[in-house]
Amino acid sequence: MLVEEKNALTEEIELMIKKLGKKRSALLSILHGIQMKHRHVSEYAQQEIARLLDIHPVEVFSVLSFYAFLNATPKGRNLVRICRTISCDMKGKDIIVRAIERELNMKIGHTTSDNKFTVEYVNCLGLCDEGPAMAINDQVFTKLTPEKAVKLLSKVK
Amino acid sequence: METKTKKRTGPVIFSGYERGTAIEKALNINREDILLEIRESKLRGRGGAGFPTSTKWMLTAAALSDEKFIICNADEGEPGTFKDRVLLIEYPELVFDGMVIAAHTIGAQKGIIYLRGEYEYLLKPLQEYLEGMRKDNFLGKDILGKKGFYFDITVFLGSGAYVCGEETALIESLEGQRGEARNRPPYPVNTGYMGKPTIVNNVETLASIPHIIIKGSEWYKKLGTGKSSGSKLFSVSGDCDKPGVYELPWGTKISELLELVSAKNTKAVQVGGASGFCYNKTQFDKALAYEDAATGGSIMIFNESRDMLRVLNNFMEFFVDESCGQCTPCRIGNVKLLEGVKMIQKGDYTFAYINKLKELGKSMQVASKCGLGQSSPNAFLSILENFNEEIFNRENGGTNEN
Repeated sequence: MLVEEKNALTEEIELMIKKLGKKRSALLSILHGIQMKHRHVSEYAQQEIARLLDIHPVEVFSVLSFYAFLNATPKGRNLVRICRTISCDMKGKDIIVRAIERELNMKIGHTTSDNKFTVEYVNCLGLCDEGPAMAINDQVFTKLTPEKAVKLLSKVK
Repeated sequence: METKTKKRTGPVIFSGYERGTAIEKALNINREDILLEIRESKLRGRGGAGFPTSTKWMLTAAALSDEKFIICNADEGEPGTFKDRVLLIEYPELVFDGMVIAAHTIGAQKGIIYLRGEYEYLLKPLQEYLEGMRKDNFLGKDILGKKGFYFDITVFLGSGAYVCGEETALIESLEGQRGEARNRPPYPVNTGYMGKPTIVNNVETLASIPHIIIKGSEWYKKLGTGKSSGSKLFSVSGDCDKPGVYELPWGTKISELLELVSAKNTKAVQVGGASGFCYNKTQFDKALAYEDAATGGSIMIFNESRDMLRVLNNFMEFFVDESCGQCTPCRIGNVKLLEGVKMIQKGDYTFAYINKLKELGKSMQVASKCGLGQSSPNAFLSILENFNEEIFNRENGGTNEN
């Protein structure tokens, strides 16, 4: 990490703390903000958050590691989450997953070699009446067919 | 996702409501009378546990504190449940008016809606909606001219943890901690968010409040059964022609619901999501109500072609994934139950061991710290019991499905 990048990250965290207040209850929102922008919360970011909130870094990691949507290591530029819960399973989520795996030449749970996509399973997206469902970043798509799913991915930059 | 607004009809929540009207009425009623009205309505928590709403409200109202909080639990994580999504998209006025009325009743200044991370796309629309309420004086200072009544609502985004639907885990999460359930007592009504008296209500519970205020508890009680008054939103998915959200009075039979959603050749119905119970054909005359087939609204339908062991496997994988790991019965128990399911799938099991697992399931129901571990064995126990023949008479003692 370049010094400039480090400084920019610290500034970002400072800005969020200014907005949310220097308190423990701001932690999850800060982690979420960093995750959104950088797609992960790096070790350096964790240490800076801890320093600025005046808590131990392990406290930050403990919270970070608890939540499924927060991660300490970087993922691909776009996050694809496919619902694996039973209603989507019955509507054919396996076929969708296989089609995506073939098209992107990867296995679910991994990142493509060009770092463009990370594809994962997710527990119930709450779209059970319109399955199979998946989320690409913060947008959700329903009633997928293998062709529709692959087409949606091809539109992602 | 389908965004077009559908015309919905139902006896209470989908019966039509004009924003703000219930707040206006409530501000002219004194607090005790609102509490009595809610008590008379016999409204119970719609998240699934069914705790009397008026008891929560009364205890919080009675608690002495300079600060109180209203939290709307929109961490709708139960597999097969999506009614809160529909309410928040199509009927936000009911949910937020319910929160304002609760604030007036118990004397809270701050409301928080805990929105599950999976619904991040609702964050902006909800914030915009709240901004609109502030502009029209439904939130903020001196709401609708009521001197000294200050209340505001913020949206808090979760980060993908099923257990945060449990109210004390939700509060932990709001405070910037791991979403691990607390020991109870003390209960949130006394020691909740930031140690202050706090109401945590489900989205649907809050959405019922404005209708009760406008039309009265007598009208509300006429619907449903003696122990389950009013109506319920059911999230229906699986093998049927018309999945979606339905509002029906409590006491509706499973068979009636199946007919309504055009389900054919139904073999099994999972009532209450992954943490609920699975019923077979002989049990379809059960009534959907707190005292019979209780549910937070999730109804999943399986037809004759479905493999119930695959269904159970899916549920157990979910619980292994979502157990927070804090208490041993839940952390280890769910893993053992899942192993048992895999053994049956492979045909590599003894009945002696399966019976031990059933005992383990029953221990988990009493020994787990929070609702997650207390309810996660329900599917295991009910599927093994109600689909005993299908599961243990498999060809080759199992299939190769995973």
